[in-house]
Amino acid sequence: MHSSEELRKRAAKVADKKAAIGPDVDLSAFQMAPVPHKYLADEELCELPVEEQKRLLMAGLDVTEKERGGTYFQKDTSVIHCEAKQEGIEVIPIRRALEQNDWIRDYYWKLVAVDTDKYTAAAELNLHDGYVIRALPGTKSIYPVQACLYLDKESLQQNVHNIIIAEEGSELHIITGCASAPHLKKGAHVGISEFYVKKNAKLSFTMIHNWAEDMVVRPRSAAIVEEGGLFINNYICMKPVKTLQMYPSTDLIGEGAIARFYSIIVGSPGSEYDVGGRIRLKKKGTKAEIVTRTISNGAKIIARGHLIGEVAGIKAHLECKGLIINGGVMHAIPELEAHAEGVEMSHEAAVGKIAEEEISYLMSRGLTSEEATSTIVRGFLNVDIPGLPPQLKAEIDKVIQQGDKDTM
Amino acid sequence: MLFIEDLQVELGGKVILDHIDLEIKPGETHVLFGPNGSGKTSLLMTIVGYPQYKVIKGKIIFKGQDITNAPINERARLGIGMSYQRPPTIHGLKTRQIVDICSKGKADVEEMAGRVNFSDFLERDVNAGFSGGEIKRSELLQLLAQDPDLMLFDEPESGVDLENIALVGRTIAALLQRDHEIFQEASKTKMQLKRERTKMGLIITHTGYILDYVNADKGQVLFDGMLSCVSNPREILTCIGESGYAECVKCIVQKN
Repeated sequence: MHSSEELRKRAAKVADKKAAIGPDVDLSAFQMAPVPHKYLADEELCELPVEEQKRLLMAGLDVTEKERGGTYFQKDTSVIHCEAKQEGIEVIPIRRALEQNDWIRDYYWKLVAVDTDKYTAAAELNLHDGYVIRALPGTKSIYPVQACLYLDKESLQQNVHNIIIAEEGSELHIITGCASAPHLKKGAHVGISEFYVKKNAKLSFTMIHNWAEDMVVRPRSAAIVEEGGLFINNYICMKPVKTLQMYPSTDLIGEGAIARFYSIIVGSPGSEYDVGGRIRLKKKGTKAEIVTRTISNGAKIIARGHLIGEVAGIKAHLECKGLIINGGVMHAIPELEAHAEGVEMSHEAAVGKIAEEEISYLMSRGLTSEEATSTIVRGFLNVDIPGLPPQLKAEIDKVIQQGDKDTM
Repeated sequence: MLFIEDLQVELGGKVILDHIDLEIKPGETHVLFGPNGSGKTSLLMTIVGYPQYKVIKGKIIFKGQDITNAPINERARLGIGMSYQRPPTIHGLKTRQIVDICSKGKADVEEMAGRVNFSDFLERDVNAGFSGGEIKRSELLQLLAQDPDLMLFDEPESGVDLENIALVGRTIAALLQRDHEIFQEASKTKMQLKRERTKMGLIITHTGYILDYVNADKGQVLFDGMLSCVSNPREILTCIGESGYAECVKCIVQKN
């Protein structure tokens, strides 16, 4: 096919191109050879070792598939489980989609440029797999679809490409986890994600990262939201990583489109997180919100946010709050860019510590100093996310509580 | 019983309370008067145990235990509770959750909130954007849940609108087992109720409105970091109303 040859050519040209931001990674330190794993039937999923199941659960993947609208589970380079459980919801491995579904070419590399940097190049030249999740027009997701990209093989570089489509008038909720096996130390994850939220559709995408000390993580994502569409993008990372850099961008291309990004990051000593979000408000009545809560906990965290208002009658707000606990560095970079008269844009950024006064207040209600501290930290991380189903809210709370126990 | 003896307290290197002697017996409620900046709130914070209020001299005994250097939560466990004038906002912590914390999960939060007309605020973050009166009701709700034996109230009527002042007054009376003074419970005699009363209170007030609801046993005047006078609270209020705190200056001069 002409277009796929073209893509490979463009990718090959930038195979060594450094990313615009974030520390450069020597990808030759990782292997990309396929790692075969057996496909697991429903009942076999439940027979995974308990330790592994726990790890998966923390990344949002419930092997029992109870209250899930579908599952995509990739271990290393192989798809080990993939099915949709609701009519109107499709879950397809991307390699299969590229072979069998012509329509996928309308979405593949249409939002993220294949020649962005060496990570996008790797995902094209050595694509392992990834998921396509689509809600057909008017379909309302009853339960969230779960997806998990799992790393088990030491020193593997996992290259995935995901495409998520909420067709006109549909409602789709996805909880997706990226996790590494308990024994895994070193690895790389390159993940391309392209999101299409069509007219009056609603998409919530909750991503939980559970990596290891020596993991390199380079997601590259982009989204478009059409008229009246809503895109909620939640990101939670409370585990160590060597270096994580991502800067997802979203274009609001239809009137009244809304995007909300919520990120919760609790650092670990020696870890470096460079995370951000960019939203372009291109039509009247569009709204955007970026909310970030970070706790350094000995890590270096760079929290970026960039709101671009291109026309009058848009509303955008950026809120970035950080706590420095147990050392580390916090660098908040909020940006507002307005190109028209009549935009309403604001930001607030704050880096601080846990107020002694708040600890004392809670102690006077009977809590110990440690209990008071963790109550305040949990509160700090507790962000209200309008439009998120209660079930997903509960999943996020669970991850935060567990992460809080582990780190504090 | 709360027993404070010859207490000297420093805040930020400056002595802010000196020669404080105070005794509150079980069942007693005292009212604390004094001009702005005289150290009233500091005395309450010292009793609660805020570490920045350093006790240089003297001691605080509560229920027979020396708590002079005990941490705040230890004092809370022993039964000391406070209604703050300006409590901090705790983002992400719901009022419902802090009430649960206060009662150790034992309280019927809905029912209690109903009693202080605060049901609509349970899902709000603790003190976030609360008005003066709302803060007072939130604090009282927490005390109801905590049910301490010694209650310290820092200006419980300030910022409360006329509609809620009676509610606040009656709630404090109930907390201090003095509600029969308003409601005239008929089953027991007043003397009986008084004898059975165990709750202790120390209330800071400027206006004295609270005395319409809580018939306090004693009034104390704190002036320039020292307790200058112990008397009938109504008398003190009248005296301050007529001649300000000038009388207190005289008393202190005489004492020294």
